[in-house]
Amino acid sequence: MKLNENGRQRLNLYIFLSPWIIGLLVFTLYPIISSLFYSFTDYNIIDAPRFIGIRNYTDLMNDDLFFKSIKVTLYYTCLSVPIQLILSLALALLLNQKVPFMGFFRTSLYLPSMVSGVVMSLLWLWIFNSDFGLLNYLLSLAGIKGPMWLMDESWAIPALILMSLWLTGSGMVVFLAALQGVPVSLQEAAVLDGAGKWQQLRVITLPMISPIILFQLIMGIIDSFQTFTQAVVMTRNGGPHYATYFYVFNLYTNAFKNYKIGYASALGWLLLVTVMLLTYLIFKLSDKYVYYEGGQN
Amino acid sequence: MSLQNKPVGMPKKKSHAGRYISVAVLVIVTLIMLLPVFYMISTALKSNVEIRKVPPTIIPSQLHFENFGLIFSKIRFGTYFFNSIFVAVLVLIGTLLSSSLVSFGFARYKAREKNLLFMLLLSTLMLPYPALIIPQYLLFRNIGWVDSFLPLIVPSFFGSAYMIFLLKQFFSSLPNDLFDAAKIDGCSEFRTWWNIALPLCKPAMATVSIFTFLWTWNDFITPVIYLNTDSKFTLPIGMSGMISAFRLIPWNLIMVGSIYSLLPIFILFFIAQKYFVEGIVLTGLK
Repeated sequence: MKLNENGRQRLNLYIFLSPWIIGLLVFTLYPIISSLFYSFTDYNIIDAPRFIGIRNYTDLMNDDLFFKSIKVTLYYTCLSVPIQLILSLALALLLNQKVPFMGFFRTSLYLPSMVSGVVMSLLWLWIFNSDFGLLNYLLSLAGIKGPMWLMDESWAIPALILMSLWLTGSGMVVFLAALQGVPVSLQEAAVLDGAGKWQQLRVITLPMISPIILFQLIMGIIDSFQTFTQAVVMTRNGGPHYATYFYVFNLYTNAFKNYKIGYASALGWLLLVTVMLLTYLIFKLSDKYVYYEGGQN
Repeated sequence: MSLQNKPVGMPKKKSHAGRYISVAVLVIVTLIMLLPVFYMISTALKSNVEIRKVPPTIIPSQLHFENFGLIFSKIRFGTYFFNSIFVAVLVLIGTLLSSSLVSFGFARYKAREKNLLFMLLLSTLMLPYPALIIPQYLLFRNIGWVDSFLPLIVPSFFGSAYMIFLLKQFFSSLPNDLFDAAKIDGCSEFRTWWNIALPLCKPAMATVSIFTFLWTWNDFITPVIYLNTDSKFTLPIGMSGMISAFRLIPWNLIMVGSIYSLLPIFILFFIAQKYFVEGIVLTGLK
């Protein structure tokens, strides 16, 4: 068989892409479709799946733990993501002013982000320990009696939010790179026009890096919706009164502890749809409110 | 600094004061961030009695270096460590081979539907992994791979969307003439990829390697779902089990284990810091 140039190009493309295409079909598309199928069945792994229509979804609406897990996840996300974003941006702005030892600061602040979720959870579990922990000791030096943190229903999530701030460094490195990409000429022009530091930030720097801010925000929210490791390692059963019963914790418990595969698949599909909608929505918004260099006029 | 360069109307003194405040803030924040790391090391060197002292000591009264050996006899730490290395190295090989192959294809060949395929690749970046784990688990269960390393390793041989994306950017920056010249010299397409494109992409491959290693080394959810036998545990699961395996939690040994598990990552970081920073920036990820 003889192929023309276009045909040969296409053939080569598909040969080189074949590992990814097979992987996509087997490890991504098939799971998505089959989990949609399972979400309409009653399936305990041992007996064959039994079709039950939308009952898993209607059951969700009457499941207090489902709503509790959403509440926990949103509570955590709504605080930890914005605080982390603002903090990492602030640190990046500080580091971007030609401070001495910049490399040292950058490395030290990024260092915690290399620590695995499990090690971080174990370390902070120790720091939060209400009897022998470092945090309550330091608080006691300031005359404050620290709470029981993860053992206390109302302090468990704030404790996890506090811990999440330890990872501010990774966002900071991204923002720092973005800030270094802002053309100096623009800032000089602003200075000549008499703009102060604050005005420069508001009118030039922030708009220039707004695509990165938005991207960090989306990824932060999507990541936070999938919080799992901390909850499992630090609070075995989801904390006091399910205080740290995150959405994915609920999914995991239903699938791999209770073997309610159908029900857990419905949870998985809801997560998938939510993340996709969120991505779509924020990209739509970004067309409107975010400045892209060389973009539309 | 000469006076002429100074913009008119900018008070010099104020900007200096601002710089000092910035440095002071950075020093304080850095100290706070490093304090937990310091406490990890300090706890690792404490005796069983001292870890339960109230109030806690910041610096151990006696340094118990034997903790660093004790962990290998109290739990199967050596096994966990070896398993983690084994999985991470194989995932690394799989990811490098497959992702570079696919990204080379994306960068070099043309077809009308190529952009569509690339958009498909990008859209999988956002997929939440927990939504896929149940059917993936059932898939691997059907072929009898549960409680083996295969579900952790085999998918990496089919490319990682992040790494394909990252490498494609690098391959696209190479001039196409180079590959055409190789072809004229009788180089097959695969040899062009292996002998010409790959050596030119060493920096990008370094970035990919570091992040693949980091993610695999730190991964918790995949091994926790697939591995059931103690002798097969990777470090993250083995270590998370330490808080329930003993009557009294051995915090000093847990911190010793943490230090050991951070060691490969830190060594990697200090050898290849440049690629680390590039990778974080390119993927916008941790």
